[in-house]
Amino acid sequence: MPAGASGDHRRAAESDGAVSVIPAALATATALGGAGALAGCSLPRGMRIPVVGALTAGVGVGGGAVGVAALGGSRWAAALPGVLPLAGTHLAVDALAGLFMAIAGAVVAAVAVYGIGYAAGHGPHGLGSRTAQAVLPLFALTLVLVPVAASVSTFLVLWELMALASLLLVLAEHRERASVRQAGVWYAVMTHLGLVLLLIGFALFAAQAGGETFAALRAGAHTVSPMVRGLVFVLVAAAFTSKAGAVPLHAWLPRAHPEAPSPVSALMSAAMVNLGIYGLVRTGLDLLGGGPAWWWLGLMATGGASAVYGILQAAMASDLKRLLAYSTSENMGLVLIGVGASGLFAAYGDRPLAALALAAALLHVVNHAAFKALLFCAAGSVLRATGLRDLDRLGGLRPRMPVTAGLFALAALGAVALPPGNGFISEWLLLQSLIHGLAVPGVAVAVVLPLSVALIALSAGIAAAVFVKALGVGFFARPRSEQAADAKEAPPLMLAGMGLLGAGCAALALVPGLLGDGLDRAVGAVGLPGSGAVAGGGLKVRLADVSATLSPLWVVAALTAALLLAVGLPRLYGRRRRRANARLWDCGGGAPTPRMAYTATSFAEPLQRVFDDVLAPEQDVNVTPVRESAYLVERVRFQHRVPDRIEHRLYEPVLRALAGAGQASRRLAGGSVHLYLGYGFVGLVVLLLILAVGW
Amino acid sequence: MSTAVGYTAVAGQIVVVGAGAPLLTGWMRQVRARLEGRAGAGVLQPWRDARKLLRKEPISPVGTGPAFRTAPALLVATTVVAAALVPLLSTDTPVSGHADLIVVVALIALGTLVLALAGLDTGTAFGGMGASREMTVAALVEPTILLSVFALSIPAGTTNIPAIVHGAVDEPARLASPAGLLATAALAVAVLAETGRIPVDNPSTHLELTMIHEAMVLEYAGPDLALVELGAQMRLTLLLGLLSSLFVPWGIATSPSWAALAVALVLFAAKLTLLGAVLAAAEVFWAKVRLFRVPELLAGSFLLALLAVTASYFLSGAS
Repeated sequence: MPAGASGDHRRAAESDGAVSVIPAALATATALGGAGALAGCSLPRGMRIPVVGALTAGVGVGGGAVGVAALGGSRWAAALPGVLPLAGTHLAVDALAGLFMAIAGAVVAAVAVYGIGYAAGHGPHGLGSRTAQAVLPLFALTLVLVPVAASVSTFLVLWELMALASLLLVLAEHRERASVRQAGVWYAVMTHLGLVLLLIGFALFAAQAGGETFAALRAGAHTVSPMVRGLVFVLVAAAFTSKAGAVPLHAWLPRAHPEAPSPVSALMSAAMVNLGIYGLVRTGLDLLGGGPAWWWLGLMATGGASAVYGILQAAMASDLKRLLAYSTSENMGLVLIGVGASGLFAAYGDRPLAALALAAALLHVVNHAAFKALLFCAAGSVLRATGLRDLDRLGGLRPRMPVTAGLFALAALGAVALPPGNGFISEWLLLQSLIHGLAVPGVAVAVVLPLSVALIALSAGIAAAVFVKALGVGFFARPRSEQAADAKEAPPLMLAGMGLLGAGCAALALVPGLLGDGLDRAVGAVGLPGSGAVAGGGLKVRLADVSATLSPLWVVAALTAALLLAVGLPRLYGRRRRRANARLWDCGGGAPTPRMAYTATSFAEPLQRVFDDVLAPEQDVNVTPVRESAYLVERVRFQHRVPDRIEHRLYEPVLRALAGAGQASRRLAGGSVHLYLGYGFVGLVVLLLILAVGW
Repeated sequence: MSTAVGYTAVAGQIVVVGAGAPLLTGWMRQVRARLEGRAGAGVLQPWRDARKLLRKEPISPVGTGPAFRTAPALLVATTVVAAALVPLLSTDTPVSGHADLIVVVALIALGTLVLALAGLDTGTAFGGMGASREMTVAALVEPTILLSVFALSIPAGTTNIPAIVHGAVDEPARLASPAGLLATAALAVAVLAETGRIPVDNPSTHLELTMIHEAMVLEYAGPDLALVELGAQMRLTLLLGLLSSLFVPWGIATSPSWAALAVALVLFAAKLTLLGAVLAAAEVFWAKVRLFRVPELLAGSFLLALLAVTASYFLSGAS
């Protein structure tokens, strides 16, 4: 990235040399993806996994190279009329697409390396199987390619390919657990409902704007009536927020992410959900060119609800991967708050502030991708070493898997949004953009912004509790089961993949300025001015009458110095002695056993009580008395669970109604051919009547 | 010359918080003892305790790891950095550009989190119990704190603490405004919760039903315990200092001169002595509330903070 180039030089930077990188890298990535799919189909088991892994990593590197080139200021567009029938294929890369390609590419490359080690230990089924290995490079390729699409049909084809590929990968371990099949059904249905919404929304938009390429949509957006624009936005936003895992359309996420093989979970959580955000920014801010305040207020409400609900469910989860999946829901909620605030500020005409909010949202997407990919990979290592995802039965992994535990801690530091983690930087920027948003007039703004700040703060506070639980219960203390006690460190390739992601987290935490110009160009791609917020050694917010600075490197340096002071001064005073080991305090009752330690469930109990009304936990106590006397208890069965209440209240009535309608409509199908012919006749007549009368 | 004063001010803030924290605790215990009709152990007792503990042998309970061993030093380190940043003595220091209120709040939360992890690392029921309760309280305090930050930063146009304090010194009407008063009240409750004082937590209890902070650090002994206690005392001093800087900012040096710094030091000591005495006196008459009543208290303070933000928006004529 040229250090001196600012957003203003965006167009000037389209040099010929830089442009040629993009098509070459795109072609390479596509070829490698195809070769990977072929290799997955045809190679024998021993060679399949390393070859496919290497080719998939190549796809990631190629896609990442395109992204970095686009973030560096080059652009590229092409139309391939012969590739798709009827519509042809339109491709374009700008900085916004480049940002999401760079994220996806980096995640794919690191996770592919990790995946080689992961799949090798899994035998002929699961991720190592022929189907899964053939689909994995295709999934990686679509993750990288979706942002390249520059027409509705190209976008929808790539989007659907991505959904199908991820569905097949979610189902990879279907032989091992019945819950995988159930998760697959949920995911398949919800992602296709999303596709239907997208189809309707985009078809409406394209019909009104007079063209289906993104350029035509952009040009024709202002000719579309406000009502249609609003309808298009609602439909498209529903589909994209569902992909991003925002409530209330999140139900697939906490099912599919835990049940997928861990590298696939990492790809889905760190790369695929981002594309929901990409679609929203691309459609809402770029193609539709922004809109009235109510769009963005709705988006912020969705984001705020997702942030708090997601992290509350994560706090209640004792399944490690389910916890991480709900945390994805939370983080995407925070991103949606940022995107919504950006649109809101733009709607009120404050474009510098809108640019700041969008920059914060996009930076959070980058940071979330880095730490969430690492968290899922570390959870995968734990799963591979112990066969357990249940935090209540884990524990004591730190001495047994020191590298994995250290990397999990690094990623968790990013996830809790405290310095010196990388998540803190983007949340700080997001809070700054909201705090300074009160300069924007309007009572709605004055009510929504403080509430958003409070929701972000609450979700950050609970996130701290969630990751203290995950790290402290899962990795510290003593093992609570034999499997955890027998855990072994992950093989080198898995550690290498996680190490790459860990280096990414650390780099983002220490020198976010490296992203600076690219982030500004990505924000500039939707027509907002560059914010210049992330530059050089840290973050600077400079608006008309407000200012703030944050320098992560300074914070780390100061913490290190203070740590040396805190360790050194008492040593100078006290007599130097070697550390002695001693028994834990046991109240005189003998050494405490691991069963006495706090579990994830007990850790979350106070929070659950506090949020009782929101979570509505279910408790079941079954006392079986001995046959001779009702006073002597033979067995007590205690069951406690915290159901996903939105799922309970929103989805189950709909599902029941659908099932009821299905049952009722069976009576229509009596089996008589005459009846069916009659239906056809009546249907045709009604259709003709409607056409004759209505139009 | 001005940088020399600035660096002296930063060093002075760290030393005052570090060395003064045990004295403040001793003073509060003494006030409390006298009000309860006891003689008390004297203001210097926490220093004597620290000296005794520092000379003891460092001990690691079996099964604990680096998280347990490094937590005390990390707790003190986060507080030291925060003490360097908060303008307790001077708003014009070489680090005042980094003194962001959100960063300071986050550093204090980082200290809480580190101790909670240490509590879980012991693998005992007490450690987990304390960690669980502490994180619950910390999670619920967070919205109040950030909304107070929001309310305070509206008139100043920044979250930079020296700028906020400087603005309040220049324009005292900000403090007496409804927004300023509401934010004070909200932040005061948040400070009580963050420092584990009555009515949220009782720092002198070791009863398992009620303890929060003490349960978390039950396994510490010797020099580690000295650091944990020093860290907790420093947090109390720092947060009371932050409260006084934000709402009674007079006397804080706003220009780099030795005289102003000396005045600031004396006034800071006086403010903290008074605040400590008031808090200690209040603790004599308050009872600790039940753990599950604490959220109600925090929800109340959250409401105050929300009112502060809306008041400062609607009353400042920003619309």
